[in-house]
Amino acid sequence: MDVFVQQLINGLTLGSIYGLIAIGYTMVFGIIGMVNFAHGDVFMVSTFIALISFLVLTALGISSVALAFLAVLVITMALTALWGFSVERIAYRPLRGSFRLAPLISAIGVSIFLSNFVQVAQGARNKALPSMLDGGLTLFERDGYAVTLSYKQILIMAVTSVLLLGFWYLVQRTPFGRAQRACEQDRKMAALLGIDVDRTISLTFVLGAVLAAVAGLLYLLYYGVVSFSDGFVPGVKAFTAAVLGGIGSLPGAVIGGLIIGLIETFWSAYFSIEYKDVAAFSILAIVLIFMPSGLLGRAEVEKV
Amino acid sequence: MSASLLSLRNVSAYYGSVAALRGVDLDVNEGEIVTLIGANGAGKSTLMMTVFGAPRARSGSISFAGEDITARPTHEIARLGLAQSPEGRRVFPRMSVQENLQMGAALHGGRYFAQDLDKVCTLFPRLKERLSQRAGTMSGGEQQMLAIGRALMSRPRLLMLDEPSLGLAPLVVKQIFSAISALNREEGMTIFLVEQNAYHALKLAHRGSVLVNGRITLSGPARALLDDPSIKAAYLEGGHAPAAAVGEGV
Repeated sequence: MDVFVQQLINGLTLGSIYGLIAIGYTMVFGIIGMVNFAHGDVFMVSTFIALISFLVLTALGISSVALAFLAVLVITMALTALWGFSVERIAYRPLRGSFRLAPLISAIGVSIFLSNFVQVAQGARNKALPSMLDGGLTLFERDGYAVTLSYKQILIMAVTSVLLLGFWYLVQRTPFGRAQRACEQDRKMAALLGIDVDRTISLTFVLGAVLAAVAGLLYLLYYGVVSFSDGFVPGVKAFTAAVLGGIGSLPGAVIGGLIIGLIETFWSAYFSIEYKDVAAFSILAIVLIFMPSGLLGRAEVEKV
Repeated sequence: MSASLLSLRNVSAYYGSVAALRGVDLDVNEGEIVTLIGANGAGKSTLMMTVFGAPRARSGSISFAGEDITARPTHEIARLGLAQSPEGRRVFPRMSVQENLQMGAALHGGRYFAQDLDKVCTLFPRLKERLSQRAGTMSGGEQQMLAIGRALMSRPRLLMLDEPSLGLAPLVVKQIFSAISALNREEGMTIFLVEQNAYHALKLAHRGSVLVNGRITLSGPARALLDDPSIKAAYLEGGHAPAAAVGEGV
């Protein structure tokens, strides 16, 4: 029981991070029907932006953790948004209207470029962040096993929840969100109604990148170590989460992220840590066999 | 009052290398209902979309309210005051009726939304009952009303309707056509109507043109076209039969 609760907490924390990244995949897929394989690497870039901002702020002598965290959050979101925007502008937009696989190949190219760029610019070794925000709450203790909820985990879950609520509001209740959903359902019709479709797509990439940036910052805080290759595995996991939840569905991405996070941690705790990825991907395969459009994805049938 | 609002001069458009429009000239004047009739595949819907730049006219020029719009992006053309209820209606299926109407009003930032919503609901009372329903689950007639209502929400200077009668029950067709006529009579709305249902369209319109294989073959006052023997033969077989008389004979 104790181990179970502890793993539940750990799994939800990890799942929150996957969920944030997964939203970027699912939104971009929803609006232009393309898997943005570079999204994981945009996430990785954001971890480096966060790391560098932390180090710069520390060098400037800012010692308040809360202040530093907020400043880094804003800087990371802004700079990563710029990356997301540029990637779409340079690598995808010129290919719109081209054959279907062209942007996909371009995305893989961007992914390779980003990880190599960071490797060259930052070096191939792991980069560590001096540990901060240590400690936590002990929920209960039995037979010498303490179930703890660390401050970092609280921060991750709190930031994720607030962000998801705000994001849900943006998509469901604001004119921009409406335009975004309209483009998702029928781009040509949206243009006929005066919606600037290119701009809406750009903003979708920016939003996805902003969420990835938050995930990147939280990831950096949680693990304390980042490397140029960190775009790949978390990226693939988040993509899996998006597919599991039903690609194109925002709640699906979050739920998929949580499920993948939970499976991974529980598998590591109860079975073997070496096979945690196998477990996560096996669940994906099993779900897709029985629900081909994912948990919350919609079937392709629609009344016309 | 008869300034030309929309004018096409020698417009040609292609799908790849296939010509869909060949040198079309057409004018819609302020306050008029103009109809374009023609068989399936004549290029009617292409003409509607070419006005919005999708596909783009390969030659010729299109102007709206004196402004050249031939090379403008689609969304900018819409913002000038052209609204279209397109072929196949294209309502946003996973949005509510209200959200669809909000999308129509998007280019005004929702400033006149409440007021215009009232107007559209008066014109199509059915929509009022269904504001929170998902548009994709409505019947064809209701979707058509929504598509027209959505176009009206943008407060257009020119309303373009692509086959509003397609696939609908005769009674619904009647409702929709009387709504179109009321819009023109009571509010002076300029309307460009594309129809296969030639009899109804010509009865409603002031002027009409016939499109055959991407070319305008005949233009004139709607009354005169209704009585034209060649049109009778091609589009009004069986004389003045109601809704069902849709010519496919060209």
